[in-house]
Amino acid sequence: MTQTALMQGKKGLIMGVANDKSIAWGISEMLHQHGAELAFTYQGDALLKRVTPLAESIGSDTILPCDVTDEAQVAEVFKTLEKKWGKLDFLVHAIAFSDKEELKGKYVDTTRENFNRTLDISCFSFTSVAKHAAPLMTDGGSMVTLTYYGAERVMPHYNVMGVAKAALEASVRYLAVDLGKQGIRVNSLSAGPMKTLAASGIGDFRYILKWNEYNSPLGRNVTQQDVGGSALYLLSDLSAGVTGETHHVDSGYHVVGMKAVDAPDISVA
Amino acid sequence: MSDIANRVKKIVAEHLSIEEDKVVASANFSEDLGADSLDTVELVMAFEEEFGVDIPDDAAEKILTVQDAVDFLSEQSKAA
Repeated sequence: MTQTALMQGKKGLIMGVANDKSIAWGISEMLHQHGAELAFTYQGDALLKRVTPLAESIGSDTILPCDVTDEAQVAEVFKTLEKKWGKLDFLVHAIAFSDKEELKGKYVDTTRENFNRTLDISCFSFTSVAKHAAPLMTDGGSMVTLTYYGAERVMPHYNVMGVAKAALEASVRYLAVDLGKQGIRVNSLSAGPMKTLAASGIGDFRYILKWNEYNSPLGRNVTQQDVGGSALYLLSDLSAGVTGETHHVDSGYHVVGMKAVDAPDISVA
Repeated sequence: MSDIANRVKKIVAEHLSIEEDKVVASANFSEDLGADSLDTVELVMAFEEEFGVDIPDDAAEKILTVQDAVDFLSEQSKAA
């Protein structure tokens, strides 16, 4: 894609880069190519080690610790950004968590403890960071979170994460109304399945990828660049009139009603 | 050394940023080569990509050393 000045002068925070395969990293690269200035958060030393070289590769030296279950740490991140930039133009939230043991088998077996933790980290954290970020968005702003079609329809193994993403998509609509008058737009990107570190926790993932490749209208899986491009649209002024939306970047899979007749029969390995 | 062993060695050395000659067959990823828990997941993903195979969780948990990886991947390529 030709580089533009779409994000020139815009400063934003990216939460949820784990490594170079991360959706949040694909978005970061795209935003950087179009002129954005970025800061990153990480959770724990194992992730700091991975985020640091990536951030440096695009000239960012702001890498802040943030465990989203710790309100004080979230507040500290935005205090630091206020000192550094004085304002914020956009926010990318790509954070979710669930016990791997509950990302296979049946949803009905979800435990109360993991249900609460999954909803806290994967859903409430977006509301929490939105509350802290909004006062810094003095010239208006754009917030984007990542979701998946498993919020709308039942996907094997997605289980409690599907319920958390459904709540997240509903949060996007409520936040869009609450923050709209301040010129802050809130949207979500519903990305098709991608082979990320987080996806390695989901059962039969290779099968899910194949299924999507064979049955989506575009006949392929989506890439980091695909999601990056859509994020660029939602975070730039190109989408100035768009808020509260769940935007599907999934090769069109969400419009499909049944298996493509010419799709090969595949089985779980 | 087999072609599979060489490819495994290369991936491990590259991913963990260590010299290839430190990646001996008996080396344990976490104890000898300093891999953290995310490195081990990333290594399995890198093997899957390089060899075009699926390494299910229960198999991945048993891949602790360089030799374990070579054995698993050799077995897979025989089956294919």
